[in-house]
Amino acid sequence: MELIKSLEKDRSNLIKAIQMVQRERGYVSDQAIKDISKYFDIPTVEVEGVLSFYAQFKRTAPGEYEIAVCDGTACHIKGSSRVKGWLEEELQIEDGETTEDGLFSMETVACLGCCSLAPVVSINGKVYGKLDRKKLLKIIDDYRNRGEN
Amino acid sequence: MIERIKVGMASCGIAAGADEVKDFLDEKLKDKDIEITEVGCIGHCYAEPLVEVETDSGSVFFENVEPTEEDLAKLLELDEESTMSFRDERTGREHLKVTKLAGRIDPVSLDEYIEHGGYESLKKAAEMQPEEIVEEVKTSGLRGRGGGGFPTGLKWSFLAGKEAEKKILICNADEGDPGAFMDRSMMESVPHQVLEGMLIAALATGATELFIYARAEYPLAVKNINIAIEQVYENKLNVFDGKTIDITVKEGAGAFVCGEETAMIHSLEGGRGNPRYRPPYPTDEGYKGYPTLINNVETFSNVPSVIGEGGKKYAELGTENSKGTKLFALAGDLEYAGLVEVPMGLTIGEVVYDIGGAKRGEVKAVQIGGPSGGCIPAEHFDVPIDYDSLESLGAIMGSGGLIVIGSDRCMVETARYFLEFTTKESCGKCTFCRIGTKRMLETLERITSGEGTQEDIDFLEDLGPKVIDASLCGLGQTAPNPVLSTLRYFKDEYLAHVEDKHCPALQCNDLVDIYLDQDTCIECGQCIRNCPVDAISDDFVVDNEVCTRCNTCIEVCPVDAISRVKRGESNG
Repeated sequence: MELIKSLEKDRSNLIKAIQMVQRERGYVSDQAIKDISKYFDIPTVEVEGVLSFYAQFKRTAPGEYEIAVCDGTACHIKGSSRVKGWLEEELQIEDGETTEDGLFSMETVACLGCCSLAPVVSINGKVYGKLDRKKLLKIIDDYRNRGEN
Repeated sequence: MIERIKVGMASCGIAAGADEVKDFLDEKLKDKDIEITEVGCIGHCYAEPLVEVETDSGSVFFENVEPTEEDLAKLLELDEESTMSFRDERTGREHLKVTKLAGRIDPVSLDEYIEHGGYESLKKAAEMQPEEIVEEVKTSGLRGRGGGGFPTGLKWSFLAGKEAEKKILICNADEGDPGAFMDRSMMESVPHQVLEGMLIAALATGATELFIYARAEYPLAVKNINIAIEQVYENKLNVFDGKTIDITVKEGAGAFVCGEETAMIHSLEGGRGNPRYRPPYPTDEGYKGYPTLINNVETFSNVPSVIGEGGKKYAELGTENSKGTKLFALAGDLEYAGLVEVPMGLTIGEVVYDIGGAKRGEVKAVQIGGPSGGCIPAEHFDVPIDYDSLESLGAIMGSGGLIVIGSDRCMVETARYFLEFTTKESCGKCTFCRIGTKRMLETLERITSGEGTQEDIDFLEDLGPKVIDASLCGLGQTAPNPVLSTLRYFKDEYLAHVEDKHCPALQCNDLVDIYLDQDTCIECGQCIRNCPVDAISDDFVVDNEVCTRCNTCIEVCPVDAISRVKRGESNG
């Protein structure tokens, strides 16, 4: 597999390899699992076993804009479940899903470490804090318009 | 005269808009002879974006800076009225030891770290015998800052005493407690200090292969620490008597349990992060079978001070059994959220009220130690922060997450939240952790939805200790803590949910109705237009059967005519 050929073929690099694939393609496909398994000479079931253990890895393609809703303690206290509800209602998707047009996907994450700005979401890694419904919907709208232009 | 402008650009600063401020300053000042530096976090997160203007007569700080001409003018004129004042309530109580350089220097400038005394301790350690270093750390009384509080010097001596072909040292940077960001801030702001501590530990213990297991959600921390490692290699700071010490960053992949040391080792080896039975302890048999030492970021960050000033001097600060300082990520219902460093022995109240600016009378409790910890009710806020005092209250020091819970929050819901987290994060190996936490969660969900009974409360009190006893690792052994400690201090809230079907904090949706007070209402129609489920009629009555309690109407109402009330009391 071209993408991971810089890695030494040592089992300890398995997670790194899966991370590299996901970073490049956004998720890990069945074929990628087969390729990784061949590269390290580990059964596919073991690759899948490791992959499914970790929350970071995705088996389906995420949206163009990946929304992470922080549900860390500070955000939870400041109403992250409402933030999640607003998004579900606006995008008509649930946790872990991608919108039909492939533009947005949403998942809750444990903590983005920006607790002083709670509640926060991140979109493709950029963090938006101190959210209320209006602010959040405007941000989503901005991304939508970006997609159209 | 202005010499340099520093913009706080740790993750929290960037999230608050510091990158836009930095871009703006770069653009506006490009023809001026003023250096603009990205620095880390000085801990005053509530004030971000935060800009420090260095002049030949000292530094001036500006808070909540916006990328506008107006704010730029204030910076350049050093406008006294706009400068940020550091509150004495905070500065008088903090003791900056570990974080003294955080946010003050360019995180990825080795020169600047060295100018401020960096790597002096490593130099000193390189001239000491390994046993002397270990002894110095023992004398300092330093204990592991990751949560357990195991004496660091003792742990080092276990590894130092091992004869092995290779010894491994791991820095635990898998800061998974929701609500904690001490380690992130250290790695983003002063990565070299973490590395210096690790290298000293390597000299003391004879470890030659060093890993940093970093949380995947911390891209900037990983970036900065990788740059710092490159600089260490370039300058051969990791070479002693011709022997090289290797340092590699490994990114975790989002599993809370990997903060447990045996789980972390499995993860580093490329497997599932399941913990295993101890003994053998990692210092006997760790990564790939080699003796392995694991300390966390904050512990390593303390080491340069210990060696620099000597263990005896270090031990002067703190209490009998807890030495030095502790970093806390202070957040929740308070005025000044941020990262604080306080000497051990300060009281919780001083941290919450004085430093955090939370209002007396409006705080119910703090949650300390995240999902592994417990809550401490306001009446115990006079307790000093040290390992033993906190444990006696049923909480733990934990890694440093300190969440202030306001009077209007439901403690049952808070406990449910933490248990939901640990249930999700349980690796599934131990039955009591896998199924026990799940049963506890279901029980709590019954209670918060108004379906709970007295038997449910008894069940929680019975099952909690069993989960603790029958779990292998720290995750299961601490998972019931938030439930047990809220049961200990806030049983009345549990009883209200069970007996009166009432959530005193009006937070649990199933026990709450939405009430629109027609006398206050000005009939502007905002609520009707914004309601996502059309639950409000044209004559301004809320249909609580349809309403989802999303709070949108309460937020948009300009006259506060809509509120949450006890279920069944929405009809006045």
